[in-house]
Amino acid sequence: MEAFTEKFGIGQPVRRKEDQRLLIGGGVYTDDINIEGQVHLAFLRAPYAHARINHIDTTAAAQAPGVLAVFTGRDLEKDGVGRVESNINLKQLDGTPIFKTQRLALPTDKVRFAGEPVAMVVAETAFQAADAVELIIFDADQLPAVVTARAAGAQGAAVLHDELPDNCALHWQNDTPDAYDAVAAKAHKIVSIALTNNRVVPVPMEPKCCIAEMNPGTGRLTIYAPFQGGRRVQGAVADLLFDGERDKVRHVSDNTGGGFGTRSKIYPEIIAVCYAAKSLGRTVKWLGDRSETFVSDLHGRDQVNSAQLAFDADGKILGYRLETLVNIGAWVTENGARLAIDGGGRIVGGAYDIPVLYYSCRNMMTNTVSTDTYRGAGRPEANYIVERLMEKAAHELGIDPQELRRRNFIKTFPYTTQMGMKVDCGDFAACMDMALANSDWAGFGPRAARSQAGGKLRGIGLASFLEGAGGRPEETMRVQIQEDGSVNIICGTFSHGQGHGTVYSQIVSEKMGVPFTAIDLIQGDTDTAPAGASGTYGSRSSQMGGVAIIRACDIIIEKGKVIASHLLQADTAEVTFEAGTFSARGGSVTMAEVAKAAHDTRRLPDGLQPGLDETYHYTRDGGRDDQSFPNGCHICEVEVDPETGAVEMLAYSAADDCGTVLNPLIVHGQVHGGVAQGIGQALCEHTVYDEETGQLLTGSFMDYGMPRAHHLSHMAAEFNPIPSTNNELGVKGAGEAGCCGAPPAFVNAVLDALSSLGVKHLDMPLTPNNIWRAIHQAKAEGETH
Amino acid sequence: MDMTGEQRIAAPRQAVWDALNDADALKAALPGCEEVNKISDTEFSAKLKLVVGPVKAQFSGQVTLSDIDAPNGYTLAGQGSGGAAGFGKGEAKVTLTDDGEGTVISYTVHATVGGKLAQIGQRLIDATAKKMARQFFESFAAYLEAEGAPAGEAAAPAPAPAKVAGGQGLFWGMMGVALVILWVVNH
Repeated sequence: MEAFTEKFGIGQPVRRKEDQRLLIGGGVYTDDINIEGQVHLAFLRAPYAHARINHIDTTAAAQAPGVLAVFTGRDLEKDGVGRVESNINLKQLDGTPIFKTQRLALPTDKVRFAGEPVAMVVAETAFQAADAVELIIFDADQLPAVVTARAAGAQGAAVLHDELPDNCALHWQNDTPDAYDAVAAKAHKIVSIALTNNRVVPVPMEPKCCIAEMNPGTGRLTIYAPFQGGRRVQGAVADLLFDGERDKVRHVSDNTGGGFGTRSKIYPEIIAVCYAAKSLGRTVKWLGDRSETFVSDLHGRDQVNSAQLAFDADGKILGYRLETLVNIGAWVTENGARLAIDGGGRIVGGAYDIPVLYYSCRNMMTNTVSTDTYRGAGRPEANYIVERLMEKAAHELGIDPQELRRRNFIKTFPYTTQMGMKVDCGDFAACMDMALANSDWAGFGPRAARSQAGGKLRGIGLASFLEGAGGRPEETMRVQIQEDGSVNIICGTFSHGQGHGTVYSQIVSEKMGVPFTAIDLIQGDTDTAPAGASGTYGSRSSQMGGVAIIRACDIIIEKGKVIASHLLQADTAEVTFEAGTFSARGGSVTMAEVAKAAHDTRRLPDGLQPGLDETYHYTRDGGRDDQSFPNGCHICEVEVDPETGAVEMLAYSAADDCGTVLNPLIVHGQVHGGVAQGIGQALCEHTVYDEETGQLLTGSFMDYGMPRAHHLSHMAAEFNPIPSTNNELGVKGAGEAGCCGAPPAFVNAVLDALSSLGVKHLDMPLTPNNIWRAIHQAKAEGETH
Repeated sequence: MDMTGEQRIAAPRQAVWDALNDADALKAALPGCEEVNKISDTEFSAKLKLVVGPVKAQFSGQVTLSDIDAPNGYTLAGQGSGGAAGFGKGEAKVTLTDDGEGTVISYTVHATVGGKLAQIGQRLIDATAKKMARQFFESFAAYLEAEGAPAGEAAAPAPAPAKVAGGQGLFWGMMGVALVILWVVNH
């Protein structure tokens, strides 16, 4: 027993058991599923960013070969299809609730962003459906469009929703500015910065798609679609199409090709496909293409920030003032308008002690697809602001940037932030020291000199960060030991790349002494997911699902002790359990033997139910405020070619405190992935809408800059684990930290490289064009002074 | 998008102006043009088969003319719709000026596109618009030569194929040069 626990237990670098199947093409994605008798659906998408719909003529399309039906929003309206409304409950300055939209899957009045679905065709083949879409005449009067948060707030801007003339869905603030103004008035120095956090397209590898299988006999609908937690799509479809009868709807997803937050939301296309299946009594398949994914998947980030830090003469922060404009797009979605507040606001001052905070956030509606959760969901934006600001402050105060950070790090725990979050533990200075050592910061000088000799400018940049992970404070998991001793972990969470099959197996293997290979993961089906399941998002699965598993295992062990006492002819209190073996009075039985007995009623003590099968609904003790707080320090080293503005990433050192590391191989992978996504945003990813027409100009991989392997350097990831005190596994969540550290570390490194040229400010993405312009602008300014 | 350009045609201004009023000349010269209809003296409609990168569609367009100053120039505004492929609309100003024995056609165009065309074809639009303009002028000059316009100009382009395949007609032609042409077709 000891042997495999040592090899496969908690903390071991166990190889992912999922990979073999995925690498040989054994994964089952939605498009791999074909159901006898299925028909195909295609959407007509609005060519205009903003237009009033006059008429949608479907006559010709309805008569095209193979076409079974053409639907518009009028059909959905007529059939009483429900409308999607956000459940955000935040309040405006004056105490009134947030403005909410009621979105019908296909609009009837206006289109509000280019690419919004306006009609759909169901036909025998996918080609017939696509051809018939071309025959729909979409008659609409174009209206002026507005695509940026700033422009949406300007006088005379286009108005998206008639009930909301100022386009501001939510103007929230934590407090009045008085307290900040008071400390600012006596501050030694105030440092300000204005930043744009560029909009990104999540681009999961698997486009948005859905199969809605209608069983005419039972009237039950099964949805196959990539989704990060099936309960939500089940609930939404039941509410909107089946009068809330959840048992009428089942959601299944085996593999999902990338989540990143964008696959955790209810999309109008999914509702529309389910509606079509229900209306026709047929199985309807829709496979969105990459273009549709670009225009209609929820985007990430897109903020404009204005921030100030007030310092005393010792370089200690007196107060933080932050004003944020968020571009939430055309509809108020599930999380869009709360990301900067509940997400980023959670850790708004980053790793620093902020005694006074004024935070104002305006969520603006524009003629763009909505923004919502994208890896990090508000925390990368918040850390980016404060890290850029600290770097700038260090230069303006004349204090070494590391020293300034050290002076201001949160040092006493638990620490309650100005937003009410209780940061339980951490050692931010230790993480920074670890990153400084690993990056050989001290040896940077000679490296920079070598670069200079080659005509290049070398820079090094650092960013500390604080994350807040965990999401909804409840999750359910079921652990089932079968007669042969093998174990099923039946999940409420959903692994779509995180490696739960491996990590949960490690937890169960260690806890119960069951062989790692005898443990299976059952997930991705609302028929098997336990009640109270929530899903996977917000770096929560190990800290929520993992803890629920531990507690279910505890109950199983207790029951196992009762069975073992019966088998060993001992009192239950005498039975001990260790490494998969129950012992008492000199005798012992293994978990496998107990499992076998548990399934044999003749061998059970009187009154004990058969089976070893426990479901545990875990609710985090401290609720929403009592999350885990991953943190770390990342250092990036770059080289800039001053002639072309091209940046090359040379080295990256991550020192992360994500609490107890359950599997260092997997956590390294999560850090690498998060860093790559963060570098992508900082280096090349950029979403551009035409300001005149509202058209998405970066609508394909020809125009949207995804990071590639050659953009990245080796990434050294080290851990400084300080176990979370908020859960018994001590884990903190690792999946989103990389996105928090990478953008400020990278940008600070490039600014460092360009400091000798007088460049003081850059906004992401740091494309050669942007850097070249900044170099030449600084040069021109230098010449005029 | 904005496009400006000029093209010297080896023919006198009046001859160019007249040719620009010759429906056959324009239909033959405009890549992908399938049909042109006159609605009134200042309004026209046309159909073009256009391809921009991966986007292929038949576009229906309407053009309205203003500031007509024969044989010197005009302004035209138009829009075209390609169904699921998207739409375009724009305005073009065109002037004809003498250049020795030839004529220079100058044009400035401002236009916008939408839908798939903007999303996927945006990067290709500038290049294809220029290509389509070149194709048009080649064909147009060849037509003038064949019709007996003064020959022997060194700048006269080589004769282009009599028929331009629809696949070469690109959307920007519709919104740029195509707009310029369309008005004249039935003028």
